Amino acid sequence: MSPITPLRVAAADESLTAADDAMLDGLQRAAFEYFVQHTNPRNGLVADTSRTGSHASIAVVGFALSTYPVGVERGWMTRAEGLQRCLIALRFFLHSDQSGQPESTGRNGFYFHFLHMDSGRRAWRCEVSLIDTALLLAGMLTTAAYFAAATADEAELRGLVDTLYRRVDWPWAQHRGAAVVHGWKPESGFLNYGWEGYSEAILLYVLGLGSPTHPLTEASFQAWTSTYQWENLYDIDFLFAGPLFIHQFSHAWIDFRGIRDRFMREKRCDYFDNSRRAIRVQREYAIRNPRSFVGFGEDCWGLSAGDGPSSKPQRVAGRRQAFYGYAARGVPWGPDDGTIAGPAVLASVVFAPDIVLPAVRRLSALCAFDTARCVRASGFNATAQAPEPGGWISEGEFGLDQGMIVLMVENFRSGLLWRLLRGSPCIRTGLRRAGFRGGWLASAPVQ
Amino acid sequence: MNIAALRFATTAASGGGQVVPTLVPNGRPPGWRNPRPPGPYRLLVIGAGPAGLMAARTAAAMGARVALVEAHQLGGNCINQGCIPSKTLIRSARLYAEMREAQSFGVRAPAEVVVDFPAAMARMRRIRARLSRVDTPSRLVTEGVDLYFGRARFIGRDAVDIDGSTLRFDRAMVATGSRALLPEIDGLDDAGFLTNETVFDLDALPASLLVIGGGPLGCELAQAFARFGARTLISHREPLFLPAEERDAAQMVSDALARDGVEIHLNCQVVKVSLKGGRKHVELLNEGNTAVTVVDTILTGIGRLPAVDGLCLKEAGVEWDPKAGIRVDDFLRTTNPRIYAAGDVCVEHQFTNTAEASARLVVRNALLLGRQRMSRLTVPWCTYTDPQVAHVGLHVKQARERRIPVKTFTVPLHDVDRCITDGAAEGFVKLHVHEGTDRILGATIVGLGAGEMINVISLAMVADIGLRRLAGVIHAYPTQGEAVRLAAQACARTLESSLGRWFKRMWLQR
Repeated sequence: MSPITPLRVAAADESLTAADDAMLDGLQRAAFEYFVQHTNPRNGLVADTSRTGSHASIAVVGFALSTYPVGVERGWMTRAEGLQRCLIALRFFLHSDQSGQPESTGRNGFYFHFLHMDSGRRAWRCEVSLIDTALLLAGMLTTAAYFAAATADEAELRGLVDTLYRRVDWPWAQHRGAAVVHGWKPESGFLNYGWEGYSEAILLYVLGLGSPTHPLTEASFQAWTSTYQWENLYDIDFLFAGPLFIHQFSHAWIDFRGIRDRFMREKRCDYFDNSRRAIRVQREYAIRNPRSFVGFGEDCWGLSAGDGPSSKPQRVAGRRQAFYGYAARGVPWGPDDGTIAGPAVLASVVFAPDIVLPAVRRLSALCAFDTARCVRASGFNATAQAPEPGGWISEGEFGLDQGMIVLMVENFRSGLLWRLLRGSPCIRTGLRRAGFRGGWLASAPVQ
Repeated sequence: MNIAALRFATTAASGGGQVVPTLVPNGRPPGWRNPRPPGPYRLLVIGAGPAGLMAARTAAAMGARVALVEAHQLGGNCINQGCIPSKTLIRSARLYAEMREAQSFGVRAPAEVVVDFPAAMARMRRIRARLSRVDTPSRLVTEGVDLYFGRARFIGRDAVDIDGSTLRFDRAMVATGSRALLPEIDGLDDAGFLTNETVFDLDALPASLLVIGGGPLGCELAQAFARFGARTLISHREPLFLPAEERDAAQMVSDALARDGVEIHLNCQVVKVSLKGGRKHVELLNEGNTAVTVVDTILTGIGRLPAVDGLCLKEAGVEWDPKAGIRVDDFLRTTNPRIYAAGDVCVEHQFTNTAEASARLVVRNALLLGRQRMSRLTVPWCTYTDPQVAHVGLHVKQARERRIPVKTFTVPLHDVDRCITDGAAEGFVKLHVHEGTDRILGATIVGLGAGEMINVISLAMVADIGLRRLAGVIHAYPTQGEAVRLAAQACARTLESSLGRWFKRMWLQR
């Protein structure tokens, strides 16, 4: 494995103190514990949230699989334990019901978004989800890249991942043209919408394009990127997407520094730099604070998908303000009810530590009795009236949030996930077929 | 959709559950006697809506012998069942919304906001009558137009029949407009429903209303009725309202409707309606899940179909499509070179301004050997929800499909002083430019005054004024229109070359 370029830029090094390092370590470790505590040891499924009765989310399983190598490297888990956790999950998915029946686990190599923790069968009436399957597969590929030793167990793991990845029938999801749909339901067929505008789907397309067995057509990526909008907002040029998580998810696994597809070549930017710009846009928005929420400002920003208060509307600066519960909050068009997504702020550290670390410090200081709480809870809202002094804080933890914290802090600290996935043939193939060139991809071997 | 199954509302019949619309004054005087047809008309116009009136007047003013034939009443959809009545009601509904939100403006709200719906409808009818005074039959006659009331039917390539009289023409223009497209829903006809052609005849506010269709009409009226106090639902088959608009704009409208209390059902189909105890039980299907809701009234607004019924276009050698309308080339000439078409019956954008512009184009092309192209027109439009959504020119996706490098300069209205003082900071101005230049490709504006603000963009596009020049135009301060200037200035800043910036810095630091 080739070493990656150290990420720390000068500005970051200057601002990263020993206290910051300790703070990041503590937050990352605490987030990692989520996966230790909320996994079913019999099938490897991981709860969507820490709340009682939560179903499993396949995306959270993908994050869990990706965090185990981090845990092993950081000494929080033995290699054997990490390996066993991965094997249990992979074996479950290999033998799961792929009939597509209403109570199965998936079809065509894809999986239902939510599964019962015990049986692994579809929960609620959820959809076979393209993006959540992609997040799961990214986790699987991470384990295959990490557990590369010539042992029987690790060889089995790699074989399982290979089988599971190869059996995904990506073109099945090209139901309405070149671009892929969001999902499918047994009751009603394909969902009525596809991916439009820049989103976390870049990972999905790269994985689909990289398949050696059932690849997406190259036209799929072009069709999707034709919906991009390059905008100048607050005097910042960037590929627009409102919520922070969109600018982060794919970056948990793929090192986008210096590699560019056709769109980014035209814009003389790359997706990593774009995320950095999106963070500046978020901060500019919070400084303006157009809806006059409590706390928003230079070091208090970060709108993303996550939990928020569901309380009754209240007057904010004279206006009637509604609260949206779990929602994909975004900048600048909202929805915005004054809820900050702490995990998304922390996960931004890899892009702009000079901006992010002060914000994380401020968020940590908001909850004096548990400095991690405002950072790791899915949402924090100082405007909404809440029983606790200081504002509303989301109950418990969400798996996606904890996964992003572990992976993005790790990428900031060591670049481990990027290094692992740079070595993945399907990632390299997928990126190349999507039109990415340059950077580390130029020197990576062609499959 | 099965083309053969397309059906549309008829203004002449009351079949099924449709309500017969009332007529506005001045649209068709009782006892009207058609003139005796002279020799061939230089231009014969069928349909006296915005396109027909525009063409007839323009041609007559130029000295051409013109006939105008109308089957129902002057004015067409716009004044009778379209823009005018809807915008009038929207204004009243907005005032009720503002009364409820008075506290946001530092004003004590009335203890109780009592809606007088009949009064709002009466105001609408007064205004409709007021506007109909402009286009009267006698005035058209004074202007030199031979006006015929009756159903026109082609009986050859250069002749029509009007209730037994034959009119010959050198050139003709078909401008018969469009009719409401009706959805095929089990039980809908028996249960009864309203369309845009009948909703403005309501005398009492329905306690509850389901709007089927999330296009401009559906969104505008759903919001208005919710603001009047009706429990209002809207169902739409697609994931977002306003399919012709960009995602952010459509989402803002969706958010606004939700704020006004409209119950939103996206990705949803109405599959069955049944009448029980005088109320309509409606089955809504969403991704395999069926829900039932009960409403008093249903309004359909799923689109419009060209009105070509009974014209006998085949006799004239004019081809048409049931959905797309009369087939025309870029000069709006039909498959019969003598016959042109204008307005809703043939153009993509079914708006009053487009109808009138297309009619002017036809007059020049048909009578003055013009070669003006429809595709060259710059046509802005606006959906009058609150906030309004206005657009002109290309969308980003259209530009990218044409491989035009495009960059968008976005100004949120929360950066515009006047929008903040007016409590109208929800929305944006997005100017799409050819990247690396200041040439405007298109624009979308969302905001309280979007329909007014878009006009300056249209002017700049038609006059080929770039954003650098627009950035230097001094605007009245504080105005909402400054949002356009701010976007133009952002563009101008990015176009300043690095060499220019370096030179300025050196000069100032010398």
